[in-house]
Order: sequence, then C-alpha cells, then structure tokens
Amino acid sequence: MNKIYSRIESITGNVITVRADGVRYGELAEVSTRFGKSLAEVIRLDNEIVSLQVFAGGRGISTGDEVRFLGHPMLVSFSDALLGRVFDGAGVPRDKGPALAENLIRIGGPSVNPANRIVPRDMVRTGIPMIDLFNTLVRSQKLPIFSVSGEPYNQLLARIAMQAEVDIIVLGGMGLKYDDYLFFKDALEEGGAFSKTIMFVHTASDPVVECLMVPDISLAVAERFALKGKNVLVLLTDMTNFSDALKEIAITQEQVPSNRGYPGDLYSQLAFRYEKAVDFADAGSITILAVTTMPGDDVTHPVPDNTGYITEGQFYLKGGRIEPFGSLSRLKQQVNGNTRPDHRSIMDGMIKLYASYKDTIEKKSMGFQMSNWDAKLLRYGELFEREMMDLSVNIPLEAALDKGWEILAECFDPKETGLRTELLEKYWPVKTA
Amino acid sequence: MTTTKGSVTGVNGNMVTARVTGAVSMNEVAYIGAEGRKLKSEVIRIRGDHVQLQVFEITKGILIGDGVEFTGELLAVELGPGLLGQIYDGLQNPLPEVARQSGNFLEPGIYLDPLPRSTIWDFSPAVKPGDEVQRADTLGTVPEGSFTHRIMVPFGFMGDYIVKSIKPAGGYDVDEVIAELTARDGTTVPVTMCFQWPVKRAVECYSERLRPVEPLVVKTRIIDTFFPIAKGGTYCIPGPFGAGKTVLQQVTSRNAEVDIVIIAACGERAGEVVETLKEFPELIDPRTGRSLMERTIIICNTSSMPVAAREASVYTAVTLAEYYRQMGFDVLLLADSTSRWAQAMREMSGRLEEIPGEEAFPAYLESVIAGFYERAGIVRLKSGEKGSVTIGGTVSPAGGNFEEPVTQATLKVVGAFHGLSRERSEARKYPAIHPLESWSKYDGSIETPIVKYAHRFLERSSEVGQMMKVVGEEGTSQEDYIVYQKGELLDAVYLQQNSFDPVDCSVNPERQRFMFRILLTILGAKLRLKDKDDARAWFYQLRQLFLDLNGAEWMSSRFNEIKAGIEKLAGERSDGLEIAATRHIEALE
Ligand SMILES: Nc1ncnc2c1ncn2[C@@H]1O[C@H](COP(=O)(O)OP(=O)(O)O)[C@@H](O)[C@H]1O
Ligand SMILES: [Mg+2]
Repeated sequence: MNKIYSRIESITGNVITVRADGVRYGELAEVSTRFGKSLAEVIRLDNEIVSLQVFAGGRGISTGDEVRFLGHPMLVSFSDALLGRVFDGAGVPRDKGPALAENLIRIGGPSVNPANRIVPRDMVRTGIPMIDLFNTLVRSQKLPIFSVSGEPYNQLLARIAMQAEVDIIVLGGMGLKYDDYLFFKDALEEGGAFSKTIMFVHTASDPVVECLMVPDISLAVAERFALKGKNVLVLLTDMTNFSDALKEIAITQEQVPSNRGYPGDLYSQLAFRYEKAVDFADAGSITILAVTTMPGDDVTHPVPDNTGYITEGQFYLKGGRIEPFGSLSRLKQQVNGNTRPDHRSIMDGMIKLYASYKDTIEKKSMGFQMSNWDAKLLRYGELFEREMMDLSVNIPLEAALDKGWEILAECFDPKETGLRTELLEKYWPVKTA
Repeated sequence: MTTTKGSVTGVNGNMVTARVTGAVSMNEVAYIGAEGRKLKSEVIRIRGDHVQLQVFEITKGILIGDGVEFTGELLAVELGPGLLGQIYDGLQNPLPEVARQSGNFLEPGIYLDPLPRSTIWDFSPAVKPGDEVQRADTLGTVPEGSFTHRIMVPFGFMGDYIVKSIKPAGGYDVDEVIAELTARDGTTVPVTMCFQWPVKRAVECYSERLRPVEPLVVKTRIIDTFFPIAKGGTYCIPGPFGAGKTVLQQVTSRNAEVDIVIIAACGERAGEVVETLKEFPELIDPRTGRSLMERTIIICNTSSMPVAAREASVYTAVTLAEYYRQMGFDVLLLADSTSRWAQAMREMSGRLEEIPGEEAFPAYLESVIAGFYERAGIVRLKSGEKGSVTIGGTVSPAGGNFEEPVTQATLKVVGAFHGLSRERSEARKYPAIHPLESWSKYDGSIETPIVKYAHRFLERSSEVGQMMKVVGEEGTSQEDYIVYQKGELLDAVYLQQNSFDPVDCSVNPERQRFMFRILLTILGAKLRLKDKDDARAWFYQLRQLFLDLNGAEWMSSRFNEIKAGIEKLAGERSDGLEIAATRHIEALE
C-alpha cells in the first residue's frame, strides 16, 4: 500500500500532479518538503495523472519532493478529548495539548435523509429583542450574520453562544484575525464555556487550502456529537473568507467563473456545509451561526447572495444594531405561534410602523411639512430604536412584548396601529393616572 | 442484448470519464463499481471510445480502472399505481424506505423500487379479448386513494395491438401480468400494472393540445383576481431570497383546486420539504375529505444532495405529472427552484469545458428551459376527456436582479409572471407579488375589465405616492391624496393576505368576488373627506375593519357584523359612485 512517489510533474498554485496508480478520488497524501510535511487531497484523476491540492500551499515545493499516499480520505479524531482544545484547519493542535489519533472519522460525509429530519420546534432564547421578538432563532437553524467588516459580529456570535443553552460549541475560524481568535478564547473562558468548546481555527496568515477544511472538520465533529444526543452550536466566522478561498483555488485551476470571479458551484459548496444543520428525531441537533462579511455592504455580492438563498434567514448587523429590514428568521413561525398570542401581531405591526417611520424620516430630510401623524411616527421610531434595537438591551421575550405595547400606547391611538381589535382589547395598556 | 462495459479513466468532481468497448447511447444509464458500491450515472457525452458520465452520487473513492456497466436504458421513471403520497429523491428512490434501510444518512449507491411491490391493487378490467388498443389506452382501473387510476398500455408500445387476454377483476400486485397484447406482427407481449418511461421525453399520447383558458384557482386573491393561472398554463415566480417564493408555493400546494400536486424541491433547503411532508398527512383536502398527502407527490433533491440528480429531478417530476394527466386529471407541478436546476446544468457544462454563455450558463440554457415548460398543457385525450399539467417554477436570480439569464429565458416562455419584490417583502407586504410589474396572459375568476378598473387605482396611487415623495403631502391635492389612499387600501386588504391566518390563508373565488364588490363601492365612490388628516383617519378605520373581516369566518355572524360596520362607515362619507363602478358592481352581483 502507501506507495511513495518522488517525482512531481507539475506545480500550479496549490495544486501538484504526480503519475501514480491505485489512487482513489478524494484520498489524502503526505507531501514532504524541506519546510516540513503537509497533507494534500486528490482533486482530479486523469489516467495515471493525479492532481493534488496541497494544504500548506505550493510555495517551496520542489519537483523532487516525496509524495506518500495514505490510502484514506481526510479524517479527524472524534472523542470527548476534543473538548476545550484548539486545532488548525488540518486538525493539528494549535494549543499545547497532545495530537489526537483515536477513533478517526471521515469529514464531508453524506447528507441527512430529508425523510428523517424533523420540523424544528425549540426557540433559542438570546435576550436580544431584535432576535427573540422579531426574528426568533430556532434550534437547528442555519443563520448567518451579514455585516461589513468592522461591525461587532464576533462579539454578537460570542454573546449568543453564551446565552444559548447548548451542550457543545464548535468554533470554526476562517481567516480569523489573531486578535479575534484570542477574543473568542477569552470570552468563552470568562463565560465558563471553554470546557465545552472545540475550536478549529485557520488564521489569516495560514495556508489558504486549510481554510477550506474548517467547515467540514467542524461540522463532522458536530455531527458526531449531535448523533450522541448533544445540542451543538457551530459558529463559523467568516464564510466570506471560505468563499474567497474557493474562488482563489478555482481561478488557479482555470475554471470558468460565473459571477465576479466566483466559481459556478459556489451555491452547492456553501449549501453542502450549511445543510449540515439538523435536528435528529432520536438524537441531538446542530445549529449553525455564521458570519458573512459583505464587501461594500452589498447584499447582492455573490457570497451574501448565495448564502441568503441557502440559510434560513440572516441577521443584518449594521451600525452596531440588528436592522429589522434585511434581517429574517425563516423559522420564526415554527415557534412564535406558541409563545404568547400577541407575539406575531406585535412583530408584524411594529415593523410596519417602523417602515412608516423610515418614510417619514425621508420626508423630513427633504424638508416637508410634518403632519400630526408624522410627529407620532417620529416619536415611535426614536423609542423603537432605543428600547428595542439597541444591542445593550437584554430582556426576555415576554418583557420585550410588554415593552412593545408600552411603546405603541405611548405613541398612537389603538386604531392607528393596524392591529386586530381582539388583541387591542386584551393587551392595550390602560393608562393609570 | 449484450451489455457494454467500460473502465474509469478519469474523475473530475461528479464527472467521470470511461473507456468503453461496444455501443453506448446518449443519456444511457451506467453504473460505476467503486468500493463495493454501484454508483448510478448518465452518459452525457460520447467521443470515440471515451464517454463522459455525470454521476448521481458523491464520487469520492472512485479508482482509475473501476468497472462501468452500461444498461442500454435511458434514465427513466417507473409509472404505475402507488405513486401518490410518495416522497422520492430526484431519481425516484423512495426516501422513507431508504431511511428504513440505511438510517439517517443518504449513503451512496442505494437504489430501491419506486413502487411498493407488495401492495395488492383492486383491479377492474376495462377491455376484453379481441379489443384493439394502442399506447395509453385504458386496460383497466384500480382505486388509488380517492382516484381512479388507469392501468394503461405502456406509452412505448407503438402501433396497434389486439388484447389476447386480460385478467378478471381481482387483487394483483404491480408485477403481475394483467394482460397480454398481440402486435400486428403476431408477437405477444405481457403487460403488468407498471412500466418505465424515459424522463427526458415528453408523453404525447393525446389527440390534441388545447388553449389554456380555464382558471386554476389557488385561493390567493392577488393571483386569482389580478394575475391568474390557467389549467395547462405556465407561470414563474422570480424573487430575491426571502421574498416569499417558497411560502407562496407551499400555500399553493395546499390550496390549489387541482386533482394532483407534484412538488419538485429542487436544490433548495431540506427543512422546507420536511415541513410539507410532516404537515400534509395531517391536513385535510376539502375536495376529497382525505389527507392532502394522498393527492401529492414530493420529488426532493435538496441543495446538499448530489448535483447531477438535481438536474434529473425536474424531469422526473414532470413525467409523473404527464402520467396522471393521461388519466384525465388536472395536475399542478411546482418546482422550487428552477435556478438550481439551471445551475446544475452550468456545473456540468463547465466540467465538459463547453464554451460558456452569459454568467457561465451553457448556450443551450434557453432552449432547455423552453422545452421544460412546453411539457405543460391542457390536452384532449383520445377518450375525449381533458387532462392538464400546469407548471409553476420559482426562479432565484443572482442578486435579485431579473436581468439575468434564467429569469429572462423563463419570462420568454411562461404565461404568467409573479415577480416578488424585496421592497414589498421587507415591508411585510405578503405575498410580495409586485402589483405593477407582474402580469398574466390568462383570464381569472373576475372579469378582466373590472380588474383593470381596480388596477388603475393601484397605478395612480403609486404615481401619487412617488410624486408625494418629491412635493410632500402639502403639495398634493386632496383629490390625488384620496386616490393614493384608495390604492393603499386595496393593497393592504386585498392584495396582501396572511398565509398564517387560518381563515385568510385560503379565500375561494366566491368570497373574492364578494370582497371585491365591497371594495369597488369604496374605490368608485366620490368621497367627502375634508382634509388629509380626515382622509387618513377614515381610511385607517376602514382598513382596520377590512382586516378584521378578512380574519372572520365566511358569513359568520361576526363577518356580517363587520361587513355592516364597513357599509355604515363608507356610507357616512360617500357621495355616490362613478358610473363605471356602478356597472362593475352590478356585474359582480
Ligand atoms: N405569505 C407570507 N406571509 C407571512 N410571512 C411570509 C409570507 N411569505 C414569506 N413570509 C416570510 O418570509 C420568509 C421567507 O419566505 P420564503 O418563501 O422562504 O422566501 P424565498 O423562498 O423567496 O427565499 C418566510 O420564512 C416568512 O417568514
Ligand atoms: Mg425559497
């Protein structure tokens, strides 16, 4: 088995070719260069020509270097020993702990049979009204945070991770700044959650191919824990870096790009990862929260665009707030029917009014006369932004609903809210003198 | 027939190249033996003794030299009783059965019988020995749920046949020979209750195609009234992500007044299919009193399932639709999303190194899309009855921009366009079908001139709205302002509809006409409203009542109470009607 080849035929970008036989598609090899050893994956077979993608990159590889095929695809060790540990994209320890080799599992496995999925039903409480009330997060949901770089998305991820009641947190970092890596580590440690966390971190200075492995390795581990009955939260930051790695590799491979240089299969590549989010009928679950930074704050950019088509909504973080427009939880209706009877109506009603407020702002900025109604909307908008949207607000859903009614009653007559009469009768706060 | 064999010479993603000895045909099915499994694939290019195969599975683990077996058969589906209520993958594997055999994950290389083998069907013959029959003629029937399922002469039987024998009434499974037919040349062929048909060939066993003129009611006001669909017609729903394409199709799949619904979940989220397949068995179809699942087939090739099978899945779906159309049923095929199917073609085209067209889609994209929608149609069968296949496809344009190849190719061939707008969905105006940009070439359940009359208010209201952004409310005349409010009212209480409200989610044509008539008494009224604040307050009050009315059970006492409230409020400010409105209101009585 494990034949060794010592003649590399070609090196282009991160891809090398060797003449070999008996090699399987997707198999791993080890390339030994004078800078050390690196793993490589078979990405193309053409008669006896085998193309391999080298994890550490093509830089410094010599045509005389050794390539040893391992006879198996990419594997990762799976056990409770992973908890509290930090690895890189190839599964090599980044902390001082020992390398793990027992109970190796494959990564990038087949998808779950849709017939065995269940309809998500458990709300994940975050204490953030813009989420709990307006775009409820649901266990097994896959949801990205859309934002421009510079926004506190990693802080938001960490905050949700700490509040959500999950058994295990898997953090997959892609192109993560070292500071951000340390931030996560500190935040999880301070919150006492580090011992239930596993980190697979690719930093901005690591080889690009390893970036590609991070989601698969994180999700493979998460899937095993979920099958053992654990509720797992997977944090992936930043999926735009992952997509850019795909782009870089596709271009060096001379693939025809479809849209702004990204490969035509970007959608399938992202979907293959995000669809790992699942709630097993007879076991645990995987919830995925990701970060997608939007170049130029443009949601039509191929990465956020393809992501939005795949994920079950998105939180749009802008100016340090979760914007009601552009944010969506597609699973909210699975749970917000069983919280409180006024939940859905407050959710819709307040957003419609906030939209009207935005129109009024526009009118005002153009110097138009403000009507009575405009004055009410202006007051409403201000309260809404301060009491609901501000990320420092940390209250349970029920308190947020009560607050919603208070804001409405402070600004409007009941009939102006567009809410149904039954609800108005039941919830409209009676003014006490 | 000796089967052709080959061996793998290359692997690139889901494309495998093989060298063959012997004859192969285009679109033939082949199995690649790898790591003890047989992976299904389809021939997509032949060059000398090399063929290229698109593999319907993950290709990891394939080895140069692995054996390939060619079947000589085109990619086909199995047709027969037992299709209804099934949940298939793109290649017609029954997913619940797959789950029973292999657990939570879709392991590659597992292919199961599409139809249950052990079910005994209660067969009644419809022909006798000596009768002359042709393909698609009825040999007998079996009850399938509440439907009479016709056992037909297989569609591939060209020419005339004489019935040599036919089984008497009784219970048989799908593999039992129920008839023997003798061809002109004297050969006799056995016929069972099921047969195969290649998915990429349209079934054309009818006497003529008719023009789609009969409305297909979906109980969504904006569609049935403003942008109707016809039985046998086609329509598309393009829209950016989150605009409501899937919810609209889910609602349609429940409420559409057709016999059978086929849902093709093509390259989108698995979770959305799960909702349907868990809910439908619990929901009652008011037309039959049985569960909705009994009139539904789900073809499920979601985004993380192998891409090549995604391409096949829409053809699998339309072939099943055509099969039931041959029995005289009205079938609705809902495909979500056709863009994923187009992308699957793009991925494969890239691997084949074809010369790319716009956005790297293949040059033949338009003709393939046109060919798919052409398979819709209302037809007169040879028996004289009618059957129809209606196709509605969502389109997921990159960046939400309709100027992209898939949307444009689709708009060229469909009969109705329900364009969803992000602006409307963000303002929670559902269904977010844009009332000024969408169109339909079909007639709906309310007469076109009446609809046009109301639509004018939407247009003018939008114009005034635009103008108001520039000149402000103070620069707008009271008259224009009232037109603006009329349009807004029509939008808020008629175009918008709450899909999650038990009453409002489904509104039949009778109630639509009724509501439309009341609205006309307001749209067409000369109103006495002294200033803008007065107008706004009055319209908001009306809107409130209409929303309450939309939530009230049809003709309940609450309904009548609210209705009386609307009439009273309207009467207080109305100074009579425009002539056109009076005429239209009379027409709706
Ligand atoms: N008719 C509707 N009524 C209420 N909410 C809706 C409606 N249509 C869509 N939505 C909301 O928008 C979300 C996205 O809708 P969906 O149909 O999944 O969008 P798309 O398929 O266009 O991406 C839903 O999860 C729901 O929250
Ligand atoms: Mg959708």
